[in-house]
Amino acid sequence: MEPEAAKFIGAGLASIALVGAGLGIGTIFGNYLSGALRNPSAAAGQFPNLLLGFALAEATGLFGLVVALIILFVF
Amino acid sequence: MFEAYAAEAAGAAHGAHGEGGGLPDPMHQFEIKRLVDLDVFGLDASFTNSGLFMVIAVVLITAFMLWAMRRQQMVPSRSQSVAELSYEFVANMLRDNTGQAGMPYFPFIFTLFMFVLALNMLGMVPYSFTVTSHIIVTFALAAFIILGITVLGFIKHGVGFLRLFVPKGVPMVLVPLIVVIEVISYLTRPLSLSVRLFANMMAGHTMLKVFGAFVVALGFLGGWAPLAFMVGFTALEVLVAFLQAYVFAILTCIYLNDALHLH
Repeated sequence: MEPEAAKFIGAGLASIALVGAGLGIGTIFGNYLSGALRNPSAAAGQFPNLLLGFALAEATGLFGLVVALIILFVF
Repeated sequence: MFEAYAAEAAGAAHGAHGEGGGLPDPMHQFEIKRLVDLDVFGLDASFTNSGLFMVIAVVLITAFMLWAMRRQQMVPSRSQSVAELSYEFVANMLRDNTGQAGMPYFPFIFTLFMFVLALNMLGMVPYSFTVTSHIIVTFALAAFIILGITVLGFIKHGVGFLRLFVPKGVPMVLVPLIVVIEVISYLTRPLSLSVRLFANMMAGHTMLKVFGAFVVALGFLGGWAPLAFMVGFTALEVLVAFLQAYVFAILTCIYLNDALHLH
């Protein structure tokens, strides 16, 4: 296999990390919504935690994306 | 490698659409340009576009705060409300996470939050430069935060600060393992703190650039679909710009709480 082709395959594989980010963000917002519908009065107080969880979950997936970009542009 | 990739992308675009143009390099926007060449004792300390935007951010924040608080009234004017809102926001964040013991560090957290927020938001202005999309900037910030917090912890608790690595109620058999894990997790804090901010900003801006290139490449007829997506995605990016500044500040608060109260 050409090294160039292996590079692109590797970058594509590294992007799979974003699957986890998608799952995590979906879980966070889904659970927040179901919790908020059960007890709407407590929902507003948990909104900062929702945003924090969203940002933390998104970041883990982006680590993988950074690896993909490093493979593409640095090597 | 950059040129090779750009040429390849251009070739692919050429083949797909049959006409010239090609996709521009999405990484071009992160290029650091020297504006004023400076050489301090053999060190390259040039004033770059990165430095320029940091100066702009600091000047903007300072000017806005001074201007907003120029006439302090009991019933605040609109500008004064914005300044008080940002103050209250950061003060509540710090108080919720560290309690009253953390309040002496409010100026630091407030500066940090406003600085990162201003840099992220300035990056959203077209043709500007996003300082926080460079790992070296965010890593320097994060490394000095963790270093400062560690020093603070040792000043507050002496050698007792090392108890941070031994959680309460752990069976003696597990202690050696837990200590190793805790030390590793503590040492990766500056890395995760910096990479989180850097990755979010860089990925977002790269994505915007790639879709911007799609708009141009698809032309007047097909370009509307990626353009509509771009509008929505820009709104998301503004949210992310705020959110990442918030997360950066709140994690600093959480780490500060560890140093102040152990656990």
